[in-house]
Amino acid sequence: MDFTLKIWRQENARAKGRFETYKITDISADCSFLEMLDILNQQLINKFEKPVCFDHDCREGICGACSLYINGHPHGPDKAVTTCQLHMRKFKDGETIVVEPWRARPFPVIKDLVVDRSSFDRIIEAGGYISVNTGGVPDANSIPVPRNDAEISMDAAACIGCGACVAACKNASAMLFVAAKVSQFSMLPQGKVEARERVLSMVAKMDELGFGNCTNTGACEAECPKEISISHIARMNREYLTAKIT
Amino acid sequence: MIKLNPRIPEGPLAGKWTHYKATQKLVNPANKRKLDIIVVGTGLAGASAAASLGELGFNVKSFCYQDSPRRAHSIAAQGGINAAKNYPNDGDSVYRLFYDTIKGGDYRAREANVYRLAEVSGNIIDQCVAQGVPFAREYGGLLDNRSFGGAQVSRTFYARGQTGQQLLLGAYSAMMRQVHAGTVKLYPRTEMLDIVLVEGKARGIITRDLVSGKIDRHFGHAVVIATGGYGRAFFLSTNAMGSNGSASWQAYKRGAFFANPSYVQIHPTCIPVHGDYQSKLTLMSESLRNDGRIWVPKSKEDVEALRKGSIRPKDIPEENRDYYLERRYPAFGNLVPRDVASRAAKERCDAGFGIGSGLAVYLDFSEAIGRLGKHVIEERYGNLFQMYEKIVDENPYETPMMIYPAIHYCMGGTWVDYDLMTTIPGLFSIGECNFSDHGANRLGASALMQGLADGYFILPYTIQNYLAAEILTPRMPVTQPEFEEAETTIRERINRLLQIKGSQTVDQLHRKFGLLLWDSVGMARNRKGLESAIREFGKLHAEFWSDIRIPGGSDEMNPELEKAGRVADFIEMGDLMARDALQREESCGGHFREEFQTEEGEAKRNDDDFMFVAAWEKADEGKEPVLHKEPLIYENIKVQSRNYKI
Repeated sequence: MDFTLKIWRQENARAKGRFETYKITDISADCSFLEMLDILNQQLINKFEKPVCFDHDCREGICGACSLYINGHPHGPDKAVTTCQLHMRKFKDGETIVVEPWRARPFPVIKDLVVDRSSFDRIIEAGGYISVNTGGVPDANSIPVPRNDAEISMDAAACIGCGACVAACKNASAMLFVAAKVSQFSMLPQGKVEARERVLSMVAKMDELGFGNCTNTGACEAECPKEISISHIARMNREYLTAKIT
Repeated sequence: MIKLNPRIPEGPLAGKWTHYKATQKLVNPANKRKLDIIVVGTGLAGASAAASLGELGFNVKSFCYQDSPRRAHSIAAQGGINAAKNYPNDGDSVYRLFYDTIKGGDYRAREANVYRLAEVSGNIIDQCVAQGVPFAREYGGLLDNRSFGGAQVSRTFYARGQTGQQLLLGAYSAMMRQVHAGTVKLYPRTEMLDIVLVEGKARGIITRDLVSGKIDRHFGHAVVIATGGYGRAFFLSTNAMGSNGSASWQAYKRGAFFANPSYVQIHPTCIPVHGDYQSKLTLMSESLRNDGRIWVPKSKEDVEALRKGSIRPKDIPEENRDYYLERRYPAFGNLVPRDVASRAAKERCDAGFGIGSGLAVYLDFSEAIGRLGKHVIEERYGNLFQMYEKIVDENPYETPMMIYPAIHYCMGGTWVDYDLMTTIPGLFSIGECNFSDHGANRLGASALMQGLADGYFILPYTIQNYLAAEILTPRMPVTQPEFEEAETTIRERINRLLQIKGSQTVDQLHRKFGLLLWDSVGMARNRKGLESAIREFGKLHAEFWSDIRIPGGSDEMNPELEKAGRVADFIEMGDLMARDALQREESCGGHFREEFQTEEGEAKRNDDDFMFVAAWEKADEGKEPVLHKEPLIYENIKVQSRNYKI
């Protein structure tokens, strides 16, 4: 397969970025999107040019490092995959593919397609945990959890923190990310103890970092590689309201 | 030659850890505040250690190369975590988990360390549940268990196919809570490049900021490396692209012994290699072997027809299929340990019965789907099936998966004593990074257990035994000559790499080296291949340092430079791996020497001559590394030949 790639190149956080066009040929349909970029990079290095920087690590769709905005979609056109699990068979031969970094104020570009998502760590730091120290906890089976609640909690916990929800949202809202963590804990008895403080401090931190609000467009859910449901946002809103009035 | 002292506490096995804790030295809370601990790596071991040490009141500095500590490769573990809880009432106990782990490791692990691991395994589950890890549950609200290879009980706890992710997020959250509390300081996108020794003790590290390229010096009263395994040396592996062995290799170069480097685990169920552009291999969890049956056709005619596509796997009737694991190992069947399953797949493929490219076997769920219904299989393995379909473009509910073994885990690693301290005082190694618990083969769902055992429940005790004598050591200024020397060496190495401006890219050379490593120090090894590999690695080393091409500079984000440093280390490690495989004239666990096998093709151990840990010491420049032997003494287990047949 042959492709024309329009890729965002930006030397560093302060530099002005631009699109560069590259032609790439003879790509196997079974090649993953990142392997296609690897091939491009090998060609650039062979020409003494700087390769395109992009975040990636596990290449099996779970670490959440990869983060490309491809043809107007975070993680590209395929449903429920991260960029590393996207394969070239999902594109048409000869297609022009536009590749951009996540675009959101709280995710500043570091270089080319690499952005700084440490704001997500700051949100977790603000309260995305249950305050138990190591040791001195009760036996695991002394805390029964209804199976259905555990399943909903796991649905939410599947979030990989990639930031596609923010990239997809016209308001650059992090509501789906925050709601996933709030929801995971609110469905478990262990999480109820600090539920009030957790939701208040995480939401406050999210606002402070410059993420926008939710206007229910549902773009985050549509683009989430782990198909996290916006019903978790509704649950977080309920938690937030309860916390505010109690 | 110095004698290695594992410092195993006296007394009966079951009481060693309790006795240790009761008599060890501790650091009082006021003094903890005065002590700095560096933790490199934020996987299960590193994150859980940083969190626990922070909670105790130490000042922790936590480093990782990823953009967030939550992305460490522990996150990719799928199947589960073992614990001797005996919740299913099927006969499990601490002793049985200990026994299975020693046996699974082919009698090449230390009794005392493994017993301690089994002892704390239950605490890990309690801890994770308290943190809000959403483990799978039964309808009554209690925790569910599944079975894994090498065990006859169900002791594996799991969170769908994302157990590693959920456990890591638990440890990460606990660590972030300490970041909030101010006891842990995070350094993401920061790579450790060297360890600094002052008067023979580990006192700090040199790092490179991967965004700005800035080289920094950090002091610590103790240094903990939790940087995982070196499986990426093979280029193609199930490890993450950034996974590397450089921290443990720098430790080795600074004098820490490296143990059993040739013990690498080849996981039997990975998606087969499909092209020369491929960057990594994807694992399909071992849990699939609970319900999947592994087979190849009995006749070569069927193999041919399958390869040509003139028949489909389901066209082959039951009687013409060779369920070779069930045939060879009736007692454990498809749930034999990983090394046994991998070798059996290789045996069938080498004999010409491999399907696909010839290097693949079937993992078939049709019987389980018929017995349990598709919805049950979907519930158990849905995300794995989906992942397989995305990659291979075939629906595993309808046609069997194709799988082949791939490099997955390193049992070998930094040599540590019972305290998890290396031969360098003050330098600790935890998780996959050390060699301690899995012998020559690790059982499924035991890596998560060991990582969290080390980080939550072992290191936070044992490190105090060392630090108790350090309470009067003031924080050292990083202007000391030892820091200066280490930084200068690092700068010189980086400049040298950038100045080569040769003709080969890092990936090109890594691929070449990886293939050579796989062929000679992979699933089957022999003297001739290993001797030739050592010569070839030497040539590749020279080729690397004269012909590598790295674009860009050192004071910017430069992934090629990062990779180059890691590959340079891998090539040196390859040499040690081959030497270790060469000296070990027996087959045990993941180490299979073709010269040492039974008539049936099973691994043949030599307990008389090789029941020891091979700990390698770096010699002076130009000299060969020195082998030290730590004898393994089994007082509580009867050493037997491993039998999964009856």
